[in-house]
Amino acid sequence: MKTTLISALALAAAMAASGASAQSLNVVCSNEQAWCDLMAQNFKIDTGIDVAMVRKSTGEVLAQIRAEAGNPKIDVWWGGTGDPHLIAANENLTVASGVDVSEQLGWSQNMTEMSGGKAVGVHVGLLGILYNTEVLAEKGLPAPACWKDLAKPEYKGEVTVSNPQSSGTAYTQLATLVQLFGEDEAFKMLADIGQNVNQNTKSGSAPSKMAARAETTIAVGFMHDMVNLKKQGFPVEIVSPCEGTGYEVGAVSVIANTPNLEAATKWVEYVISAEAQSRGLEVGVFNIPSHPAAETDPEAPDMAAVKLIDYDFATYGASETRERLLARWEAEVKSKGGNFEQ
Amino acid sequence: MRRTAGLWLLIGLAGYALLPWYMVAGGFWSFGWISSLGSDARPALLWAMEARGWLWLPLLGFAIAAAALALRRDHLTTARGLVLGGGLGLALMAAQGLVILGNGTRFGLLDGASQPGMGGGAFVTATALLFLLTTGISGMGRGRGDAFITGLIGAIIALVGIFVFYPMSFILIRAFELRGGAGLGVSEFLPRFFAPEIWSAACLTGRGTCGAALNSLLLALATATGTTLMGLAFALIFTRTNFRAKKLLRVLTILPIITPPFVIGLVLILLFGRAGTITEFFSDTFGWEKTRWLYGFYGVWLAQMLSFTPIAFLVLIGVVEGVSPSMEEASQTLDADRWQTFRFISLPLMRPGLANAFLLGFIESLADFGNPLVLGGNFNVLSTEIYFAIVGTVADPANAAILSLILLVMTLGAFLAQRKWLGRKNYATVTGKADSGRNAALNDGLRWTCYAVALPWAAFTLVLYLLIVFGSFVKLWGYDHTLTFEHYTRAFGIVYRNGIHFTGAAWNSYFTTLTIAAIAAPLTAAVGLATAYLLVRQKFAGKEAFEFSTMLSFAIPGTVIGVAYVMAFNFPPIELTATGLILIIVFVFRNMPVGVRGGIAAMSQLDKSLDEASITLGANSATTLRRVILPLMGPAILAALTYSFVRAITSVSAVIFLVSARYNMATSFIVGRVENGEFGIAIAYATVLIVTMLVAILALQLIIGRRKLRRADRIEAH
Repeated sequence: MKTTLISALALAAAMAASGASAQSLNVVCSNEQAWCDLMAQNFKIDTGIDVAMVRKSTGEVLAQIRAEAGNPKIDVWWGGTGDPHLIAANENLTVASGVDVSEQLGWSQNMTEMSGGKAVGVHVGLLGILYNTEVLAEKGLPAPACWKDLAKPEYKGEVTVSNPQSSGTAYTQLATLVQLFGEDEAFKMLADIGQNVNQNTKSGSAPSKMAARAETTIAVGFMHDMVNLKKQGFPVEIVSPCEGTGYEVGAVSVIANTPNLEAATKWVEYVISAEAQSRGLEVGVFNIPSHPAAETDPEAPDMAAVKLIDYDFATYGASETRERLLARWEAEVKSKGGNFEQ
Repeated sequence: MRRTAGLWLLIGLAGYALLPWYMVAGGFWSFGWISSLGSDARPALLWAMEARGWLWLPLLGFAIAAAALALRRDHLTTARGLVLGGGLGLALMAAQGLVILGNGTRFGLLDGASQPGMGGGAFVTATALLFLLTTGISGMGRGRGDAFITGLIGAIIALVGIFVFYPMSFILIRAFELRGGAGLGVSEFLPRFFAPEIWSAACLTGRGTCGAALNSLLLALATATGTTLMGLAFALIFTRTNFRAKKLLRVLTILPIITPPFVIGLVLILLFGRAGTITEFFSDTFGWEKTRWLYGFYGVWLAQMLSFTPIAFLVLIGVVEGVSPSMEEASQTLDADRWQTFRFISLPLMRPGLANAFLLGFIESLADFGNPLVLGGNFNVLSTEIYFAIVGTVADPANAAILSLILLVMTLGAFLAQRKWLGRKNYATVTGKADSGRNAALNDGLRWTCYAVALPWAAFTLVLYLLIVFGSFVKLWGYDHTLTFEHYTRAFGIVYRNGIHFTGAAWNSYFTTLTIAAIAAPLTAAVGLATAYLLVRQKFAGKEAFEFSTMLSFAIPGTVIGVAYVMAFNFPPIELTATGLILIIVFVFRNMPVGVRGGIAAMSQLDKSLDEASITLGANSATTLRRVILPLMGPAILAALTYSFVRAITSVSAVIFLVSARYNMATSFIVGRVENGEFGIAIAYATVLIVTMLVAILALQLIIGRRKLRRADRIEAH
């Protein structure tokens, strides 16, 4: 019975290890780690509520709250792109917190209204183009300025975009182009761009990082990631496409059936306050906060300076549209590019 | 039999009547439940008398077993009574747990009844019922009437059943889901399983890309072959040559296994990427064009070779060491030269090691997720496809389940192939008989081949690791090489003011990770080696199916395991999510196959006459295992411990869904930082982990020590 004894002992030790769980707010965060930690710390100081925080990407959070539905181990989900938050709201995985959003910017109120109060908009991330200045100069290529430039033949094998089947960033780009040019025109352009694409990465933030490290020349991604890379010292330039660009609205949602509804609601109120959002400056957060009074970094993208489309989240966030567009992408675009190993 | 059964009966009754039946707030070992034994933490007996009548059911099993023991009939009747009592008790207990859940009952039975997840009392009760059952079975003459053997088999089957099959069933059943939520059926399964985009072979015939299944298969074959050969070359250098710097080489061979995910990929990009140092060098010197060859099959293969060669080596070293010099001497006496001796005597005797190393490399490559993600480019493999079927923009769990089944079929194929290759031959070379202890040296050609293959590889590894350390001390790796300690102070800052405060961002996950790994490693090794012992030394019905089932959790990508665990263990009867325990369990059952394979390889070399001698001298099988077999298994134990400890620290995909706010793991911290582009802090953390693991492994080697197979291990002079 030795093995049994050993397992019993270890189980005992393990139970001891898992024992000390005092009641506190369990937050899952899909923002940058430093921003997650800072917000949790400030919340604890300002409200006195103990926070346990873990960071996971949005897709992972959605998969987890689906699997845990009915007996959730997470109380509130903060950050990350808005689409998965909207899907969770549609599947009734999250509940309306009833927080007052009247002071928030218009897009935040829209998001809240669209989800029936379940997902409250907290920040905006703008879609943009990034290029590596050193590689561009070395190859003697012109700098891109518009979406349609990416389809120019001289960029053959120089463009990296992510795969919309795995990445929300790429899906936002797809939906943006469809809204800018109409569906047929957009897919024709995407197929032309596909001729130049050297790799369809799985992760949405990977293309920008590759461009920063000169592994590729031109990348499509979110501008706040790009500002971050530029600030770190990489030789990159950020382009806001001339035709106009789309954006994602990050959100915060309270998980359905949480035992800590009151504390979770406090968290939502806290993260949309000007005071809490202004602290993002300390850790280099470059997306645009939802409270008009929140301070932003001078280098952060400015919504007023960028030509924005009127992004239709209700249509392009819906599962039917999404599945149809992705099927079309698979058939018309995927086969066209992403095969260059040069 | 009566004494063992009586003891288990008492233990079981105590668990049933005295310990809290359900999970208690604050955890079992805080003993906070003692004060609330009358309320929330009531034992099953009290619950049964009040509201939850179904909890009388387990007692029925004990009653039958007690009657069988008390009625003093003949031996066989008592044994049958124990089997009936234990079996019925377990079945009823499982049935009530699966029917009456936290939020109501299934099938509309017992309206309004609900119960929380099982706790300490239920655990003790179930264990006692299980061992009553197995003791009964041994009493009926099975397992040579040895209660230890039947108990061990029962315990392992129960553990694998609960922690491998039960969660897996949740996810694999979805492979048969019909589109649009129309229930289950097989009509869509076959077309989806054999979908051409999964199996396409276009890349072999010309222009086009291959399907993920074929890509995975080719990659796994290449990686398994490569790692086995490389592992063999290293093992031969260690055991059959007088190479001088063996100690340094030893450290270099295990380095890659202790590297957190993404780090190897990152270093390879910095060296061989389009803007990598080596690429730049060749471009400047020879005018070669800078290419992106790294992103694709070759890059992933290179990274997997680095990552998995240590595993092949760890399996092979014990086996190569164990090949008896007597056989080699006999061969040389019969006038065979060194090459013939190696080719016809030593190499065939190493087959169990080669087969198991190959199998592990094959499965590891199939399930690997980090390397294809970083270096895969447009080279799609099953593991990444599965991950994005679960977390991608359109979640498709059915597809994930089907792709996982394809992985399982490939694993089964490899498993059957290795069994066929090993055949029914006897590989025992450790017989207890005296030998000279002088292994035959390699012939010159082979020796130099080994050097030529292994030494550049070791040098390459060394360069990679120096680069990692370097990267953790510079501001922005690849661009700004100003030396800085900033990454370390941010991750591992300590403040001395009114005592020591661990203020660095990484401390929390660092301590959690080490604690969990330290608990999981010995458990993994124990379960793995016990299973290996059963498989090699005992005969029982369904042994091959049992052997394969122990490998299931290893062959399925971690992401699938993670989701399956959440689905299975988030609700009563067993509610484990958001605890540290679930992390320990997932590590034990995911890494146990390495213990099993290593154990099997090492144990098939031990001559059965050693066991028989021990049994003849009056020892039972438990004593034989402890005093004779375990001491001869040193390298296998070391390999299992090392591997499971390291894997608990470095694995990422399985834990993504299981880490919780309180129990966060180092890898999930590192991946978060890498996603955010903060390579400096990620690499600094990785470096600290590497050093920690290296120290732990060296300490383990010192504690376990070398096994002494013979008076002196020598190698014939060249």
